[in-house]
Amino acid sequence: MLKTRVIPTLLWKQFGLVKGVGFDSWRRVGPVLPSIKVYNQREVDELILADITAHIDQSDPDYESINDFGRDCFVPLTFGGGIRDIEQVQILLRAGVDKVSLNTSLYDKPQLVTEIASRYGTQCVVASLDVRSDGADWRCFSRAGTFDTGKYVVAFAKEMEDRGAGEILLTSIERDGTFKGYDLKLVESVVKAVSIPVIASGGAGSYQHMVEVVRDAGASAVAAASIFHFTELTPAGAKQALAEAGIPVRKAYRPA
Amino acid sequence: MKIGIVDYGVGNIGSLERALEELDITGVLLKDPSQITSVERVILPGVGSYTECMMRLHAGGWVTALKKCVLTDKMPLLGICVGMQLLSDLGVEGSANEVGTAGLGFVPGTVLKLPAADHGLRLPHVGWNEVFSRNSGAALLAGIPDGSDFYFVHSYAFNTVNPEHVAAVTVYGTEFVVAVHKDNVWGTQFHPEKSSRAGFAVLKNFASF
Repeated sequence: MLKTRVIPTLLWKQFGLVKGVGFDSWRRVGPVLPSIKVYNQREVDELILADITAHIDQSDPDYESINDFGRDCFVPLTFGGGIRDIEQVQILLRAGVDKVSLNTSLYDKPQLVTEIASRYGTQCVVASLDVRSDGADWRCFSRAGTFDTGKYVVAFAKEMEDRGAGEILLTSIERDGTFKGYDLKLVESVVKAVSIPVIASGGAGSYQHMVEVVRDAGASAVAAASIFHFTELTPAGAKQALAEAGIPVRKAYRPA
Repeated sequence: MKIGIVDYGVGNIGSLERALEELDITGVLLKDPSQITSVERVILPGVGSYTECMMRLHAGGWVTALKKCVLTDKMPLLGICVGMQLLSDLGVEGSANEVGTAGLGFVPGTVLKLPAADHGLRLPHVGWNEVFSRNSGAALLAGIPDGSDFYFVHSYAFNTVNPEHVAAVTVYGTEFVVAVHKDNVWGTQFHPEKSSRAGFAVLKNFASF
């Protein structure tokens, strides 16, 4: 049986890892490499690393650093931030990245999704949708949550699936860093609209929140950052809680 | 031990190189088919569509080189993910016509989309899933408890002609083939290089053949 994944998200700003609230008020939480090493040793299911400033200066991803991170990561690594063309994807895959996550490019250059999918397969492209509620619906934001694209999330998620995205990473900007729980209605409406896996992100404050978003909203995976950075809760603890709720999770590997 | 990694412009080659390094195995990136004689084993990685990968293998002169090295010289080969799918006779992913794209033909079979929708499941099949050994697969999975989790990310699966070539299976709605074996040719649908310690054990077993 396919296991529900618990995915720590690492947000990377210039020289270190940060975490904010509502995509703002960034706090430094430490250097990148030791975090990756620790998560790798603990055999987390997967890691997402996002460079949240890359869209600003239109620079290339910091391949040298990513190369160092990839070296110590033996679980799947998704990288996002500043990806604008397919050549960058090739370099990232060589640096040890397994999947790329697109955000701003989804709106500026949506054909890139199709281009990556046809060359590297749909499984290589994660469409990262950052959304805010406008009261009646949810709208997608680009440039690390600063720019209102005017797109509505359900229609846009479907468009991304049609263009070849293999997964949707769905983040509620309003819930981000609040510990109030995932936006279950948001996740459910996207899960119902697409047939690719949806990773829920933004708002996890307890293991119970993770159980709910999987059981009640249909998420295929849960991503979280603050909960792992600022509390005693861990990915292993999250998996145990999911297992106790009857949700299948990956077992720790024990050689025969 | 030197293991060559076929570098034909697709695939998460960085991950694979690192996993071998971790096992103290020298991974040699083969940029040209002529380099294949310098290694003792060869790994065919693959991320992407079947048709795109085959086009690149043809364009780089790899098809002839791999056929000689595998069929004539009997060098052990491990295909990973799409690399395993390419071992088949035919694949439909990305194909311009209804018939499909011809593969390397090392293990008889065809590669078709997983019937996940029939079971109300999503595609791609992405994440960790349990692998159960079949037939000779016990050698590739030696030392790994049956039902251990491995990392998958794919939408298509290998349908073998001969059930004896099935080396391992997984269940996603229905049971499907996740490892194949015929003579000196092996393939895994899962990614050993991204499956942490369980995956390292598979690569180590392959290196020992």
